[in-house]
Order: sequence, then C-alpha cells, then structure tokens
Amino acid sequence: MTVISLKCRNCGKRYPVEAISICEECFGPLEVEYDYEAIKEKLSKEKIEKRAPTLWRYRELLPVESDSSIVDLQAGFTPLHRADNLAEALGLKELYIKNDSVNPTFSFKDRVVSVAVSKAIEFGFDTVGCASTGNLANSVAAHAAKAKLNCYIFIPANLNLGKIIQTLAYDPNLISVEGNYDDVNRLCTEIAGYYNWGFVNINLRPFYSEGSKTLGYEVAEQLGWRAPERAIIPVASGSLLTKIYKGLKEFETLGLIDSADTRITAAQSEGCSPVTTAFRTGEPIKPVKPNTIEKSLAIGNPADGYYAVKVIKESGGTAGAASDPEIIEGIKLLAKTEGIFTETAGGVVIATLKKLVEAGEIDRDESVVAYITGNGLKTQDVLANYLTKPPVIKPDLDAFRELVEKKLEKEVVAW
Amino acid sequence: MVTVRLATPLRKFSDGKPEIQASGKTIREIIENIDKAKPGFKERIIENGEIKQFINIFHNNEDVRFKKGLDTEVAEDDVISILPAVSGG
Repeated sequence: MTVISLKCRNCGKRYPVEAISICEECFGPLEVEYDYEAIKEKLSKEKIEKRAPTLWRYRELLPVESDSSIVDLQAGFTPLHRADNLAEALGLKELYIKNDSVNPTFSFKDRVVSVAVSKAIEFGFDTVGCASTGNLANSVAAHAAKAKLNCYIFIPANLNLGKIIQTLAYDPNLISVEGNYDDVNRLCTEIAGYYNWGFVNINLRPFYSEGSKTLGYEVAEQLGWRAPERAIIPVASGSLLTKIYKGLKEFETLGLIDSADTRITAAQSEGCSPVTTAFRTGEPIKPVKPNTIEKSLAIGNPADGYYAVKVIKESGGTAGAASDPEIIEGIKLLAKTEGIFTETAGGVVIATLKKLVEAGEIDRDESVVAYITGNGLKTQDVLANYLTKPPVIKPDLDAFRELVEKKLEKEVVAW
Repeated sequence: MVTVRLATPLRKFSDGKPEIQASGKTIREIIENIDKAKPGFKERIIENGEIKQFINIFHNNEDVRFKKGLDTEVAEDDVISILPAVSGG
C-alpha cells in the first residue's frame, strides 16, 4: 500500500482513492499521492534490476494495490538505442532513441492502459472505454480482450485505416464519431457522466496517466541510473510529457538517481501546436482546430497543456513544431539512419529535434533522448504517397543488370 | 428553455440530475439565472468575468471559446454542456 490519496494538482484538496478525476471544488485534475518514505524503504536499484523487463518492475510507484488485478501484456522495458547515425545526420554529439513502438500493441499507450485497466478491475468495473486518436483505441481494446471486459471505443471518423483495422481485430464496440478528437473527447466526457463505466482517460485518468512515468524511469535506468540531459517528447494532451518529468523527479526523491535536471522539450505538428504556441508566446493555451497529417497528436484542446508548458519552463526546456512535409522527412530519416520505422508522431519528434538543433535551441554537445512512441506500420497510408515505387523487372539476370547499370532511377510516384 | 448538461461535481446544484432546464439569452445569463435558484453555482464556473481555467463550456457541442465565450447567444431548445477541461488524451 504505497498510495495515500488522490490530491488536486490545482488547489491541493485530498480525496479517497476512487474512480474520480476532477476536484469538486475547482475542477482541477486529481493526481495519485504516494508515501515516498515507505517506497524508499522497499525499493532499490538492485531490486528493480532483478525484476521482469516490463513496466511492472516499478510496481511500488504505480497505483494498483493487488497483484491479482494486474492485466499485463508485457508492455514496457522497450529498447533504448544509441543512435549514432542519426546523431551524425543531425549534428548532435550523443543521441538515444527510446523505441516505444515495439510494445504489445505498438505504442506507448500500453503503459497507461495496463495501469488503467488493472485499476478498473480493482474498482469492479465490467466495462471500459476511451476517447482515442488511434493508439489508445488499439491498446484499450487489446487489454479489455485479455481481461474479458466489455469495451466501448470512440474514435474520430477520419482516423488512419491501420489503427481502425487493428482495433477491430480485438473485437471491441468501436464507434466512429463525425468530428475531430476534441469532439470525440467531449462526447465521451458526457457519456462518462451517464454510464458507470471505466473510461481510462476520463474517470480513470489519474491512474492511467501514472503509467507514462515508466518512460521516465526506464530511460534513467537504461542510461545507468541517470537522467538524460535533454528529452524530446511528442505532445498531444501533454500528459506524457508531464509524467515523464514526474517519473524522473520521483527517482530523484527516492535517491535512485542523483538529480533530475533534464531539459524537457515538446514536439508538435504545425497543424496542431497549442502547447508550443503557448510556450513561445507566453499566452495561455488557446484551443485550435487541428489540420495536419499527424492524427495521433491532433488534440486541439490539450487537457494537460497548462501543466506541460509549466514543466517545459521549469526544466529549462523548449518547444517546437514541424510541418507536414518535415514530418514525412522525419519518419524517413529515422528509418534510413537507425532502422526504426515510426508513425507520424515519431516523425514529429525527429523533425522538431532537427529544427531545434539547426536553430541553436538545442546545443550540439547535449546528450539527447528522443521518445518514439508509435509504430510506422500504423500510419502507412500517410507515407505511401511520398515513397519511391519499386522498379518492376522480368525474372532475368540481364534485366537486372540493365537496371543496375542505368542506376536505380528514384522517382516518387503515387501508389 | 435551454437544456444544461452538468458535469458530476456540479450536480449538487441539480439535486443529482445530469441535466436541467434554464432560461437566458446568453451563456452568462443562463448561468446567472441558475445561480439565482441555486446560489453558489456561478462562482464554481466563472472567475473575474471569465470561464474558470479547468472548465469547458459547449454550446450545441461547440466549444464556446470558438464562439463568443460567455456572451455566446443561445436560442430556445439549444443544449449547453458544462464539463471538466482535464479529460482525455
């Protein structure tokens, strides 16, 4: 029992641990509060290192009480690659890629969902649901299938085909909503007020979001128990960014790392960049109507935008945004330098990193960790029109020699 | 009359009901009219004349920040939703 209560991040009011996410007084977000003294006594680097390579190796820092509630598809402890080829291409001294696209449903969302669905079971819900831009839909559907729970998933109608097909394979109730993600989210917030279901990113949000802390813990552990100098993180609602920071700070509090002085840096698409804009202008977050090929980060009204900007400022980080063509180039650059195929959100991270290095906002001598949170197989539809169509030849040696001697003519053709 | 859908923390002003009927020509007037019957309602939602930081108000499913905010005009049979801003993602 390491959880003390839920506490309003805005006004500090405390609540018992229930399926609630909002402060009754000020509507501020509730956060899980832990007994760090008790955790400090139980947890050590040696103990963590001996455990299975999943996010549950940080068990004491996750808000699930009973082991029997845990729904585990073995998410987490994904590879941290030293990315020397990409570092060279970008002119950076040291770069690591945290490749979270190799989770069970191929995005970082398995971390938050494993925690949320486990908590839903603990609370006794028989139905779980979510509002999703795609990756969350995949993960909630998969975990609900494993846990034998009813499942309702709501997505914007214009979602990438790959994400719709993957979700349908797990056989949930999938509802496609005419509108953008913010419309879907508003609808689900209303539905959550009418049905007693566990919506992972609504009434279970305080528990759900804690799963993202493990992306901070893992990188620190994989770097040899130290925080990165800089982390560049894709931003949609802003929850992932704030929780990676929280995770690093917790490790510092527990003495597992010396200091958590990571410069937290946000990456968004130019077609949906409310957090980057707020950081750069100093104005409050202004909601926008997303217009970008990057759909997984397309939240125009980011729930944690205010706190994301606060973390970026507090940590001495920065924020940038990439255009649609730059996002495509970012996907291709990561694939051809490091052999890692990411979805559009990863393209946003690489393209934004490139721009911030070129602009001198990220020093070339810094050690950087770039978070790649989703798999390229999910958004092939976006990329298809920007790749070279392969030449077709007869199954004949001369045909091949003729082709090679002509040198492979590369030309982008619509598929 | 206009239908006003309320987030769970606001249902103490509606005897636990998820939606109530109210009258008014703008969002601001509607909130003020509810406040007359249920004092304390307005201060939960409005601060210094603006919608509080962690609250979103929707008029016929459209965020009023894309319209005229609290001065958004409201017609008979419209639907207003007052919801927490920290949701989703």
